Amino acid sequence: MSLVVRDLVIDLDGRRVVDGVSFAVPDGARVGLIGESGSGKSLTALAVLGLLPQGAEASGSITWNGRELIGRPDRELARLRGDEIGIIFQEPRTALNPIRTVGRQIAESVRIHEGLGRRAAAARAVAEARRVFLPDPQRIVKRYPHELSGGQRQRVGIAIALACGPQLLIADEPTTALDVTIQAEILELLRGLVEESGMSLVFITHDLAVLSQIATDGVVLAQGRVVESAPVRDLLTQPRSTITQALLRDAKSTLWRTGGPS
Amino acid sequence: MTALIQATGLTRRHPLPKESLFERQRFATALEDADLTVGDGEAVGLIGESGSGKTTLVRLLLALDSPTSGSVSFDGRPVDARASARSLHWLRRATGIVFQDPYASLDPRMNIGRIVGEPLWALGIDGDRRARVREVLEWVGLEAEMTDRYPHEFSGGQRQRIALARAIVHRPRVLVGDEPLSALDVTVRAQILDLLRALRRDEGMTLVLVSHDIGVVRNLCDAVAVMKDGRIVESGATDRVLEHPEHDYTRHLLASIPVIDP
Amino acid sequence: MSRGRWLRRLWRSSTGRFGLIVVGVVAAVALVSVFWTPFSTRRTDVADRWALPGWPHLLGTDGTGRDILSLIMAGSKTAVLVAVGAGAIATVIGLALAALGALTARWIRESTAVLVDILIAFPVLLIAMMISAVWGGSLWVVIWSVGIGFGVNIARVTRPELRRVLHSDFVLAGRASGLTPAQNLWRHLLPNVAPVFIVQLSWGMAIAVLAEAGLSYLGFGAPVTEPSWGVLLAELQRQITVHPIAVVWLGLAITLTVLGLNLLGDSLRDATDPTLSRGRDPMAPPREAIRHVPGVRA
Repeated sequence: MSLVVRDLVIDLDGRRVVDGVSFAVPDGARVGLIGESGSGKSLTALAVLGLLPQGAEASGSITWNGRELIGRPDRELARLRGDEIGIIFQEPRTALNPIRTVGRQIAESVRIHEGLGRRAAAARAVAEARRVFLPDPQRIVKRYPHELSGGQRQRVGIAIALACGPQLLIADEPTTALDVTIQAEILELLRGLVEESGMSLVFITHDLAVLSQIATDGVVLAQGRVVESAPVRDLLTQPRSTITQALLRDAKSTLWRTGGPS
Repeated sequence: MTALIQATGLTRRHPLPKESLFERQRFATALEDADLTVGDGEAVGLIGESGSGKTTLVRLLLALDSPTSGSVSFDGRPVDARASARSLHWLRRATGIVFQDPYASLDPRMNIGRIVGEPLWALGIDGDRRARVREVLEWVGLEAEMTDRYPHEFSGGQRQRIALARAIVHRPRVLVGDEPLSALDVTVRAQILDLLRALRRDEGMTLVLVSHDIGVVRNLCDAVAVMKDGRIVESGATDRVLEHPEHDYTRHLLASIPVIDP
Repeated sequence: MSRGRWLRRLWRSSTGRFGLIVVGVVAAVALVSVFWTPFSTRRTDVADRWALPGWPHLLGTDGTGRDILSLIMAGSKTAVLVAVGAGAIATVIGLALAALGALTARWIRESTAVLVDILIAFPVLLIAMMISAVWGGSLWVVIWSVGIGFGVNIARVTRPELRRVLHSDFVLAGRASGLTPAQNLWRHLLPNVAPVFIVQLSWGMAIAVLAEAGLSYLGFGAPVTEPSWGVLLAELQRQITVHPIAVVWLGLAITLTVLGLNLLGDSLRDATDPTLSRGRDPMAPPREAIRHVPGVRA
């Protein structure tokens, strides 16, 4: 069970934004895609699920468990989304439907993929809310997104993504918009859930420190190309590409300490 | 060290919209009883997460908002935010501010020559304004010929340079930065940081920096105040606070920062 | 924008050119018709009734032998008067209400919003008809009712724009630079609200022309003695089975005027927008132009 991206090319309105990206996510691996804004990391992830914006064309190969995903009709990809591959987005404020309760949004995924009835799905929503450590799950599923804090909304996003037990989770900068203390909590939550279920993870970020907290392998992107691909340890201690070195150097200059937590 | 800015007991409350005509007026407290002293030539950092009141505090210091109670004095003179714009010109001459969002802080319909020169025009400063604008644009690393261009022609990092140019064009004594680096890519952050460092070193500029990034504050500030939920929970020399935090929240905040952990 | 720059950009766009030409022609024709039309509008050439376009009647004549071209030209005066009059009233009312709704104390803002909401509910043309039924139809009924009706619309659209710009960082930066509220309004608020306003205004003026035609046609607008397009429409329409081409010319004139106003408004908004300039690839990030900066590593 795995994801293999080979020579992925994405053109957006005639401009090449991803230029031959290749990487693999074996079963149970935690791969981080790191790069600055405009490096193509988000688009790469969106391409996996066929969620590219209008005017974008993808070519190359993305295989999931041996099946080719590029060129698949949306209908078939929709069956994969949520069920086999889950995705969490960056902005908790806009990723949730503001006019539906949180519980209904979690339940929706389960109803579609597992065909559960309304009551069973509602009960399942409470269970999923509990799994992501949302406070007072019974009450919170009846709330609307705007009544929750940013961190809580992101937990809801995670609950929605994981409700059907996918084998792969794609997380597109899920903590970038959060305060640092909340970020720490969400990272811890993700680590726990991923380890406990054995699913694979693709984690996108621009922050090397965050990467080092959650990924085992790193793929460094710049201007649509892979400039370095190595286990995270090697990236941090022996970066080979100048881009990685620059990212490391600048991350260090603004970080106030390196090394383990005190 | 003489105190350049002195804030005492600053409190800022906002009335909440009333649900019914007869209920008592409720308030949201953005800032509660804050005391702050900034010495001439000092660099002070305000750290905190969203909702901590740091932006409110900084706006009160610059008379861009008026406090519910408490007082601010600048160089011994009391600051009255309710006074007319002209009667505050003395404060405007002595201060400059850079905002967080480089895409929102420049008027999209003005060319950058006019944008950067605006303080000179507003304050009626004599001399060759055009020459000064060109001089300061060159100092921040842009070309003087760019005065005819519009903000949308520049990247985020360049826009922050323009914003910085505008903040120092009138040679203020104090530069305030409200999360000036947060919206920038990591590599660009380092460049702006260098500019701020140069300002301190070469012009003896007093600096008040709001940030949620502790690394930035560590790099730049002599003293730091930690804020949470509208209150200053801890303050002191940067090294002391970051190495030996006394307040629980400070410790929690520091522990949440993701570290590069190979 | 630099002086005249927007005019050149307006000219370069095809819709802008079209709008400019049409509106320019209508305005010129209206002005000219004050002094001269090919034939007097009262002159009837009974021998040459229902003439087809040719010489000397370039667009033909109607059932009483009047020259169509002259009639249309004379009517353009009314169209221009109504468009400009309603436009001016709408501008004043619209900006005043928008300013009250965005720049004042809370209770004034909220009362204004409620007032605008109430006024918007009134169908402008119906009110115009009611007023003219009571006080007699006149051009001024049309001008005022369209002016007020559209002024309220302009306010409704401009107010949120004004509020949005009011809370933006660059306006705050203006305050921090020492600008007085009036200076901030002039330098930052108005130019940023202008695009929305321009489009609304041009719409309003176009609607005014149509409204006048419609109301006068129905008898609620200009009295029959005025040579307005609406009055003309009513007369020519009666002859449509005999001499349809007359109405077609008039319809064309009205349509082109309305279209021209709309396109001019749209193109004007685009022409004054600096972010649409310089033919730059909007996706390409500009190259960082870094020169030697004191103290910074190269």
